[in-house]
Amino acid sequence: MKLLRKYIDKIKPSFQEGGKYEKLQSTFEAFEAFLFVPNKTSQAGTHIHDAIDMKRTMAIVVFALLPATLFGIYNIGYQHFVSLNEIHTVDFWQIFCFGFIEFFPLVVVSYVVGLTIEFASAQIRGHKVNEGYLVTGMLIPLIMPVDVPLWMLAVATAFAVILGKEVFGGTGMNIFNPALVARAFIFFSYPSKMSGSSVWIADKPDAFSGATPLSNIALGDLNIPDFHDLFFGFIPGSVGETSTFCVLIGALILLITGIASFRIMFSVFLGAYLMSLVVNFTNINFYSQIPAYEQLLLGGFAFGAVFMATDPVTASQTNTGKYIYGFFIGLLAILIRVVNPAYPEGMMFAILIMNMFAPLIDHYVVQANIKKRLKRQIL
Amino acid sequence: MSNSKIIKLRKGLNIKLEGDAEKIFIKNPLSETYAIKPTDFRAVIPKLDVQVNDEVLAGTPLFHDKNNPKINFVSPVSGRIEKINRGERRRIIEIIIRADKEIKYEQFEKIELDKITKSDLTNSLLKAGLWTFIRQKPFNIIANPDDEPKAIFISGFDSSPLAPDYDFILHDEKKSFQKGIDVLSKLVADKIHLGVNARFPISKLYSQLKRVEIHEFLGPHPAGNVGVQIHHINPINKGEKVWFVNPQDVVTIGRFIENGVYDASKIVALCGSEVLKSRYYKIINGASIKNIIKDNTTQNKLRFISGNVLTGTRITTNGYIGFYDSQITVIPEGDQYRFMGWATPGFKKYSNSRTFLSSLIPRKKYKLDANLNGEERAFVVSGQYEKVFPMNIFPVFLLKAILANDIEKMEKLGIYEVCEEDFALCEFVCSSKIKVQSIISRGIDMMIKETN
Repeated sequence: MKLLRKYIDKIKPSFQEGGKYEKLQSTFEAFEAFLFVPNKTSQAGTHIHDAIDMKRTMAIVVFALLPATLFGIYNIGYQHFVSLNEIHTVDFWQIFCFGFIEFFPLVVVSYVVGLTIEFASAQIRGHKVNEGYLVTGMLIPLIMPVDVPLWMLAVATAFAVILGKEVFGGTGMNIFNPALVARAFIFFSYPSKMSGSSVWIADKPDAFSGATPLSNIALGDLNIPDFHDLFFGFIPGSVGETSTFCVLIGALILLITGIASFRIMFSVFLGAYLMSLVVNFTNINFYSQIPAYEQLLLGGFAFGAVFMATDPVTASQTNTGKYIYGFFIGLLAILIRVVNPAYPEGMMFAILIMNMFAPLIDHYVVQANIKKRLKRQIL
Repeated sequence: MSNSKIIKLRKGLNIKLEGDAEKIFIKNPLSETYAIKPTDFRAVIPKLDVQVNDEVLAGTPLFHDKNNPKINFVSPVSGRIEKINRGERRRIIEIIIRADKEIKYEQFEKIELDKITKSDLTNSLLKAGLWTFIRQKPFNIIANPDDEPKAIFISGFDSSPLAPDYDFILHDEKKSFQKGIDVLSKLVADKIHLGVNARFPISKLYSQLKRVEIHEFLGPHPAGNVGVQIHHINPINKGEKVWFVNPQDVVTIGRFIENGVYDASKIVALCGSEVLKSRYYKIINGASIKNIIKDNTTQNKLRFISGNVLTGTRITTNGYIGFYDSQITVIPEGDQYRFMGWATPGFKKYSNSRTFLSSLIPRKKYKLDANLNGEERAFVVSGQYEKVFPMNIFPVFLLKAILANDIEKMEKLGIYEVCEEDFALCEFVCSSKIKVQSIISRGIDMMIKETN
C-alpha cells in the first residue's frame, strides 16, 4: 500500500490548483479519499471523532441493498425463462448470468451518468464529491423495469441528479428523493416503458402476459400469486422490489447498524396496514379486497418503505416528525393504490408527496418546542 | 442536606478511553514558569497592568477587562514577568511569569463573612482576582458583578472522557469548600444548586454541606455539564442569568477567605492513552506542563490537550494549563492515511453507531487519536445528535439558525441554554464531521454582540 500511497502523493500536485489537470481536482480527491481515509486531524473543537463517516454510512446502505439486488438479478433470468417455458431446462448459473447481463448495463449507465454530473458539479462549486450518489446510483436501476431503454435511463438519471438534487445545492439539500425523481420522470415521459405488461420481463415472447400482479388486479384478475411467490419475489416487477424477503434482510441490516430510522420504517408499515384494514371494509374495487398483509407484499411497497422513505435528507428530521411522515406514506400508498386503479403503484407518489410535506411537519414539531419554551418564560 | 430526587438522563455517551488517572497524588517539583492566557476568558479584552520584567506577588493584577475594569486577573505566583506573547493584531496570547523559589503572597484584608456587606465582599473578590472564577450562563462568560443572578449552580462531578474524580480531588478540602459556598451564598438571593453523580453514594463532603441544594443526576456524559444540569433544574429564559463555579474554584475562593491570600493551587489529572503513568498532580494554576509530562509519555507523535478530549485546548509540550481546566490529556496525533479505512470491519474502531464490528464485540477501552476519520460533508444523517444531547432543544435546527445568522430564531430555539461543551458529543458522533462547537461558538459571539 505504501507504493500506492507514494504514487498518489507523486501525481497529486498536477491535480491541484495550477496543475496540469486542475479541472479534475474534485474527481482526483474523491478517488484518493476512496482509497485512503485522509490524514487530516482535528484542528478545532473535539479532538477525537467517531469512526463513522459518510462513506461508511453509504457503504452500509449499498451493502443492505445487496440481497435485493442479487435476487433481482436472479429473478430477471427466472422470469425470462418462465416466460419461454424453459425454466426446467436451465440451471442456476444460466439464470443468474442471463439476469446479470440484462441488469449490469443499467447499473453502468446509472453510475456513469450520475457520477459524471456529480463530479462536474462538485468541481464547479469547489466542493468535495459527496457519497450520496453511491446509494442513489444503485437505487435507480433497482426501481426500473428491466426492459427500460438505456438512453431513457440515462436521460432520467441526468434529470434526477441535475433537477432533483444539484439545483437545490447538492447532497443534503434536495427536497425529493433523487432516485424516485428518476422513476417519476420515466413514468410521465415514457409511460409505456413503466407500466403495462411488456416491460417487466426481459426478452419475453409476446404471447406471454408479463404484467405485475398489481396491474393484473386492475384488469379484474384476482389471481394473486401464492404467499410464497409474493414474499420471496418470484413475480414480475421492477428489478429490486419483488422480493419482500430480501428487502427485509436489508431492513434488518439498516436497523441493526442504526443507519435507517426505525421510526420511519415502522410507521410506514403501520400506516399502510391500518389503511388496508380500513379499505377492506369498503367495496371500491378489487384492490380494496386484498388482505391487508398482502398489500404490504405487493409492488414496490416494502422496497420503498425500507430504502426510499428512510432517506434522511428528504424525510422529516425530528423524531416526532418521522412517525407522522412515515405513517402518511403508508396510508397514502394504499390509498392511491386502491382509489386510483389506473396507477396501482402508489408508493412512488406517496413518498414524493410526503417528501414535499416533510419540512412542514418538522416546522410544526419545532414550533411546538418553541411555544413550550415561551410558555416557560411567562410562568 | 435537603432531599433530592434523582434526575435520570437517557441520552448521551460515555466514550471509554484508555488512560484513566490512577488515584495517586504526585508531588512533582513545581513548575518554573506560569502563564495566564486571556484567551481562556471569552469576551474579555485584556488591558495590561504590568510590563515585562516587573516583579509581581501571587495576587498582583496582571491585566483587567477593558469592558469591565473592575474585573482583575491576577498572577498565580510571585516572580518576574518574563514575556508577553502576542498573536495576530497584537492580541495578547500569554503572559508568562518566571516564579520565585518560594512563593510570596499579596496580603489582602481579612474578611469576616458574618459582618461584611455584599458589595464589600464583591469588591474584595474583584480586587484579589477571585471573581474570575464566577461565570455566568448564558454564554460562559465571567459574571457581571452588578447582575442579580437567578441562582448559582455547581456541577459536583465531571462526566467527560477520562475526567478527574472530584470526590478524590476534594477529599481534604472540606473546610475550604464550605467556606467557598458561604461566600457564594452571600452573593445570591436564591439557592445554590449542587449537581452530584447518582452512580455513586454522595461523598461526605457534599452530603454534609450547608446552604446548598443537592440534585442527583444519573446518566452518561454530558450529565456532568453544568449547562445540562441547569436545563433540568431551572432552565434559563431570555433575559435571565445564572452563575456557575467549578468545584475546585469554590475551594480557591474558600481559601482566600480563610487566609486572605490568592492561593491558586489545584489538582489536575494527567491522563490519556499515551501517558505512561496516569496520576493526579498538585500544581498551581497556570503551570507549564513541562515537568509533569517529562519522561512520562510514549515516543509517538502526540497531541497535548489542556482539558478533556472533547472540549480541551491544544497546547505544546511547554504549554500551560488552562485557567478553568482540571486535566491534561495526551493522545496520539493520528495524522496517517488509512488504506480503505472506511471499508474495514473495524474491531478496534470506536463508534456510537453500530456500523463497525466493535459494536458486536466491544472492547473495554479504546485508544482514539485526533484523526477526523473522514471528510467534512453537508448535514445528511438525521437523529444522530439527538441521541447524545439530553436537552429539550433541537440541535440541528439551532445550528442551522446560527448558520443563517437568524438571531430571533436562535433565541427561540434555545441559544441561551447551551454552550460549546454541550454540543461536543454531537461533534464527536457526526458522520458529516461538521465543526459543531465552532458553529455554536459563532452563535454565542453573535448573541453577546447583540445583547450588549
